[in-house]
Amino acid sequence: MSNENNNTISFYETGKGIFSWIFTLDHKRIALLYLYSVATFFLVGATLGILMRLELLSPGSDLMHAKTYNQIFTLHGVIMIFLFIIPSIPAVFGNFFLPIMIGTDDVAFPKLNLLSWWLYIIGAMFALSTLLFGDGPADTGWTFYAPYSVKTGTNVSMAVLAAFILGFSSILTGLNFIVTIHRLRLPGMGWFQMPLFPWALYATSWIQVLATPIIGITLLMIIAERVIGIGLFDPALGGDPILYQHLFWIYSHPAVYIMALPAMGIVSELIPTFSHRTIFGYKAIAYSSMAIAFIGYFVWGHHMFTSGMSGDARVIFSVLTFLVAVPSAIKVFNWVATLYKGSIELKTPMLYALAFIFQFLIGGLTGLVNGALATDIHLHDTYFVVGHFHYVMFGGTGFAFIGALHYWFPKIYGKMYNEKIAKTGFTFLFTGFNILYFTMLILGIKGMPRRYYDYLPEFQPLHVIATVGSWILFTGLIIIIVNLIRSKRKGPAAPRNPWGGVTLEWQVPSPPPLQNFDKKPILSKKGPYDFK
Amino acid sequence: MAEYLMVNSGHNRDDQASKLGMWLFLFTELLLFGGLFLVYSVYRYMNQEAFLQASLHLNIAMGTVNTAVLLTSSLTVAMSVSAMQKGNIKVSINLLILTLLFACTFLVIKYFEWSAKIGHGLFPGMEHYNMLEPGEKLFFFLYYFMTGLHGLHVIIGGIFIGIVIRKIKTGKVRPDRYILLENAGLYWHLVDIIWIFLFPLFYLIH
Repeated sequence: MSNENNNTISFYETGKGIFSWIFTLDHKRIALLYLYSVATFFLVGATLGILMRLELLSPGSDLMHAKTYNQIFTLHGVIMIFLFIIPSIPAVFGNFFLPIMIGTDDVAFPKLNLLSWWLYIIGAMFALSTLLFGDGPADTGWTFYAPYSVKTGTNVSMAVLAAFILGFSSILTGLNFIVTIHRLRLPGMGWFQMPLFPWALYATSWIQVLATPIIGITLLMIIAERVIGIGLFDPALGGDPILYQHLFWIYSHPAVYIMALPAMGIVSELIPTFSHRTIFGYKAIAYSSMAIAFIGYFVWGHHMFTSGMSGDARVIFSVLTFLVAVPSAIKVFNWVATLYKGSIELKTPMLYALAFIFQFLIGGLTGLVNGALATDIHLHDTYFVVGHFHYVMFGGTGFAFIGALHYWFPKIYGKMYNEKIAKTGFTFLFTGFNILYFTMLILGIKGMPRRYYDYLPEFQPLHVIATVGSWILFTGLIIIIVNLIRSKRKGPAAPRNPWGGVTLEWQVPSPPPLQNFDKKPILSKKGPYDFK
Repeated sequence: MAEYLMVNSGHNRDDQASKLGMWLFLFTELLLFGGLFLVYSVYRYMNQEAFLQASLHLNIAMGTVNTAVLLTSSLTVAMSVSAMQKGNIKVSINLLILTLLFACTFLVIKYFEWSAKIGHGLFPGMEHYNMLEPGEKLFFFLYYFMTGLHGLHVIIGGIFIGIVIRKIKTGKVRPDRYILLENAGLYWHLVDIIWIFLFPLFYLIH
């Protein structure tokens, strides 16, 4: 690098002022830009979720009209999917730690990295602008199903354009990571000396690169259809709405793995560190990431079992869906086997990792219930589906995200967080989460359909329980956030390696200097998880 | 403490990385059009007769000339890369300018094709178009959408080549550092190959 200034000051001190942040090429600063952006949107999305739960406290329209409710759940979905979960782990922790974990000083294309963040912000502005003009935000659900999405008067075009731009941002991040992993590994670090989080990011990046363009073009078609009124997906004009669903899910099912795989990578880091034991089945975990990415392309049809597909196609999609559960289960078995005879330390990040395994298991198994043809007929479009994907997305990815935030907090900020308050926050979050979403699973089995502001009186007791759960969950979130902000200001200084971790990020100062490594990183001959 | 110098820095020049990145980007472009090819095949299958009737409106002669023009431009851009590798900067620039001329020719022919159709009222919303049956409407919509998106790529590729010409003139792209030229060439080949598929799909299948 050209500016050979001394490499002992942290990356916070290398430049001052807002422009040194929003135009930075440092992967760590870009990661923090992403962290603050996704955290903000997460809180907006969570608030919308709380509002929905409040409306559902009793039957009838109490807080909002049907249309407002439709707009809120759509905005909740769009924000949580496109602005939070998809960029969350890769863009924040991937950006920050991928280069450090593979022993380099930045990603392969630093400028492209900054461009991704800017595209993200522009996309976010577009998405939020739908609040301000015309008939308000889209009311179609985040899936933008045709033909309703081409007919409704709400601002679908703008929302869809936002998703298109955000997709571009996601593609560039993926592209950057693939090239980084191929080209910038520390000399001596082969593919199988790479830690498992980079492996998970590698698999994720391929999905980002190869699946996202499909949604891009599909969304452009929606816009074209709305502008020109051509009947591409409108059956009244000769179009085929089922084709839209296919195109949408060709991207959006693999996208589920964009959300889940990095979280699995995080858990594969947390479990060995806090068990102080090498990971069990390293290669099996690495390969299963790639297997999930690959098989994940061919299961999209399971979202459409009830919307019109040939019997043969349904059977094939169902079998493939069961197949993709195998590599996921391989990971779970490996994590549990790692715990066996480990010296387990129940620090906060480890609690999140264990909660991940528990909740991901529920999320995964309920996924199989949906993936089975007969049960899906009963459960399709009910709260069971809502409960299922919140177990995977929030109980899985969300928990892994917060776990990672605690795990790497000392490295990012150079301060220790308050362990006691963090555990309290976890307890609230975990309790609230399970009360809220397990109740949804039961509601779904009883027949409560999703996406309605109103319901039959017989469902009320369960809805009340779920809403109370949402309050506990939100309390947990507030405790966690306040604790982290306070610890960043007042926490005791963190050493290089507070947890006894063995991956390369623990060999650098906390917080790291601009070029990450102040001395030559030492690679263990026995692979990335050598706890001697 | 001795300064630790990173050999595998992300800020180093790395031509292989640039090329890999370009290839990945080309994959995304292929998949972008892939979605459209999928839509095209489904609707062709559903409306075979209508697609056939509608395709008879297209001018095969103009399409053929355009195919020849674009293929030749791919040749000139490839020759430009070779010229740069051999150190013939002047030849390389001239070949790129030739490529740009071919690109303009392509767009001009495309313009006449489109305006002839629009002159006949064959554009979504126009009177002749509105009288077509649904299948034919879909054909024309896809025709405009796919060739339009392709045309946009021709323009982007042209701008890319224009930037490379500038960089050659200012000495930023030179015989020992020509990855940008190579990437522009790769992009141009993509524009070409997509047309190779669009041409038979719209003009030739009878």
